[in-house]
Amino acid sequence: MNAITIDNLSKSYGKVKALDGISFEVHRGELFGLIGPDGAGKSTLFRLLATLLNADSGNALIDGYDIVKHYREIRSRIGYMPGRFSLYHDLSVEENLNFFAALFGVKVEESYDLIAPIYSQIEPFRKRRAGKLSGGMKQKLALSCALIHRPSVLLLDEPTTGVDAVSRSEFWDMLRGLKERGITILVSTPYMDEASRCDRIALCNEGRILGIDTPEGIVRGFDAPLYGIRAKRMFKLLEAARSAEGVVDCYPFGEYHHLVTDNSFSEERFAEQMHTFEGLCIERLEPTIEDMFIKLMKR
Amino acid sequence: MRTFRFLLQKEFLQIRRNSFLPKLIIAFPLMVMLLMPLIMTMDVRNVNVAVVDRDRSTTSSRIISHFGASEYLTPVLTTSLYEEALAALERGDVDVIVQIPDNFERELSSTTPERISLAANAVNATKGGLGMQYVVQTIAHTLTELRGESLPVVRSELVTVENRYNPTLNYRHYMIPALMIILFILVCGFLPALSIVGEKESGTIEQINVTPISRLQFTLAKLVPYWIIGLFVVSLAMVVARLVYGLAPVGSVGTIYLGALLFILTISGFSLTIANFSETMQQTMFVMFFFIMIFMLMSGLLTPIDSMPVWAQRFTLILPPRYFIEVLRSVYLKGATIVDLWSNFAALGGFAMVFNTLAALTYKKQA
Repeated sequence: MNAITIDNLSKSYGKVKALDGISFEVHRGELFGLIGPDGAGKSTLFRLLATLLNADSGNALIDGYDIVKHYREIRSRIGYMPGRFSLYHDLSVEENLNFFAALFGVKVEESYDLIAPIYSQIEPFRKRRAGKLSGGMKQKLALSCALIHRPSVLLLDEPTTGVDAVSRSEFWDMLRGLKERGITILVSTPYMDEASRCDRIALCNEGRILGIDTPEGIVRGFDAPLYGIRAKRMFKLLEAARSAEGVVDCYPFGEYHHLVTDNSFSEERFAEQMHTFEGLCIERLEPTIEDMFIKLMKR
Repeated sequence: MRTFRFLLQKEFLQIRRNSFLPKLIIAFPLMVMLLMPLIMTMDVRNVNVAVVDRDRSTTSSRIISHFGASEYLTPVLTTSLYEEALAALERGDVDVIVQIPDNFERELSSTTPERISLAANAVNATKGGLGMQYVVQTIAHTLTELRGESLPVVRSELVTVENRYNPTLNYRHYMIPALMIILFILVCGFLPALSIVGEKESGTIEQINVTPISRLQFTLAKLVPYWIIGLFVVSLAMVVARLVYGLAPVGSVGTIYLGALLFILTISGFSLTIANFSETMQQTMFVMFFFIMIFMLMSGLLTPIDSMPVWAQRFTLILPPRYFIEVLRSVYLKGATIVDLWSNFAALGGFAMVFNTLAALTYKKQA
C-alpha cells in the first residue's frame, strides 16, 4: 500500500485554479519532493492532505484513509508543518513541545528517541520564547512538534524557505535520518538544488504536475545537448544566441546563459557567428533539474 | 479532559505572559467604577439664579436666602432691573431669572396675588428644565413655610413626593449597574474574540486544527478563562460599589450572578460568531465596536427605553444587554427576585442558546 495516493485532485479559489487534476503516489518510507515556484499549488495540496481544506473534485488517501471521510484518523497519522512558523511565539520552546504533546495525548518522553537528533540541538534554549528563536531553530522546533506523536507521514510545506544555507543542509540531513526510521516524507521546496536530496520528485507549475521521477531520472530526460555561454555584453548575447542556427532555447542562468540545442548545432559555427562578442566563452554542460523544469514549463 | 486542562493552562499562561492584558483586567474595572460614576452624572448642580427683586420685602429676601441654602442653586445676582438680569443670562452667567413683582408680599394673602415670573436659559435643555423645577420647588417651599407661620393651624402640604427605590434620585445608583455591563461586554465579548482571531492571524490555528482536539474543546478553552475573569471583574466592581458608593444590592447576590452567567454566555457566543467571520483583529474590532455602540446607546444603559420612539422600543427587544440591565437595576435598587424577573432570565437564556448555536454552526475547522 502506498503512503499517499492522490487521484485527480482539483481545487479552485474563485476563478483561480490552484490545483488542476493532480495525481501521483508516494511510496511508504519515501522522501518525496514537490518542486515548483511560488503559486504552483504546493501549499494548497498540503492543506488538502492535512484535511484543512476540502477539494472541489478528486480524492486522496493517506495510509489508506480517505482525507475527507476519515479526516480524524488522518490527523493522528500525519505531522504537518505549515509554510509559516505557526507555533506560539509567547510560549517557550519546552512549553510548545509539551503543549502539542498534550493535544495528541502523548508524553514527550515517549517520542524523545525520535525527536532527539533534532530537539537536542535546541534543548539548551528550552526556556526561550519561541518567537525569539532564529529561523533555523524555529524550523527545528516546528519539526519536533510535528513529530511528537510519531506520525507515519510527514507533510512539510517549504520547511527551508527563509533559512540560511548551512541550516538548510542540516535540515535535509535530519529528514534523511527520519526517512531511515521509516517515516514517509512529502516535502515541498522552491529551491531546485534541494531536489537532488529527495528519493523522487514531482515538478509542478500552475496547479499541474510536469513530471515525476527520481532526480537522476528527471535529468536524464533532458536529451538535448546543453551549453553554457558567456561574454561581455550578456543581454545582447542572449538575443543574438536565440536567433543562431541550431539553437532551440537560450535563457539566463546565473552568470551564464544556458543554450539548448538540437543535433545540427556545431560549437565552431556558433562561435563564428558570435565573433563580434568580446570575451566569448562556450562550454558543454550537464543539465540540471532546473533546466528540465524550464524545458517542461515551456512545452 | 486531560487535553482540555492543558488547553486551559495554555490560555491562562498566554494571558499572564501578555504584557498588557493582566494590567487591563485589574485597571479597567477599577477605572470604570471609580471615575465614570463621578463623570456620568445627570444631576444638575450649580444652577445660577438671578433675582429681579421689585418687592424688597421680608418675603422676597427669604426666598433669596432659601435659594442660597439650596445645594443646587447659587444666587449670583440680585437686582431691581430685569434688563440687567437678562443681559447676564445672555452672557451665560445666569441660568434662571426669577422676577418677584411689586407688592408681592402685600398681595400674597389676597385672592389674586401677582405672580412670580421665571425665565430660563434652555440651550442646555436638561439644565434649564431641571433648574427651573428646583427654583419652583424652592419658592413653593418658602411660601408654604410663610403660610404656616401666619396661620395658627399647620396645614399639610398638598402634594407629597417620594422617589421609591432610589429616594435621593441619586443618578450614580442608576448608572453603576449599567457600568458593570460595559465591563462584561469588554471582558467577555471583546477579549475572547480577539484571542481567537489572533490565532488565525498568527497561523497557530492551522497547527491546532490538524490535531485531534475537537472544535468544542478548543472554543471552550478560549472562553472559560474569560468567563472566570468576567465573574472576577464583576465581583470586583460590586465590592467597589459597596465600599466607595455604599451601594449594595437590595436583592440577592445570587440573582445577580445567575443573570451575569447567562449574559456572559450570550455575549461570548455573540463574539465567537463575529470571530468566525473575521480574518483579522482589525475586522473583529470594528464589527464589535459597531454592535457595542448599539448596545450602549439603545439598551437603556444611558437613556430610559420608555422615552424612545415606539419603533426603537420594539428594536430594543432583540438587544440582550437590555434584559441584563433590567435585572441588575431591579435587583440592586428594588430587591427583585428571580420570580419577578423570570421573563428577563428567559430572554437571556434564549439569547445564550441562539448565539452559541450560531457560533457552533459558523465555526469551520476546514475551509
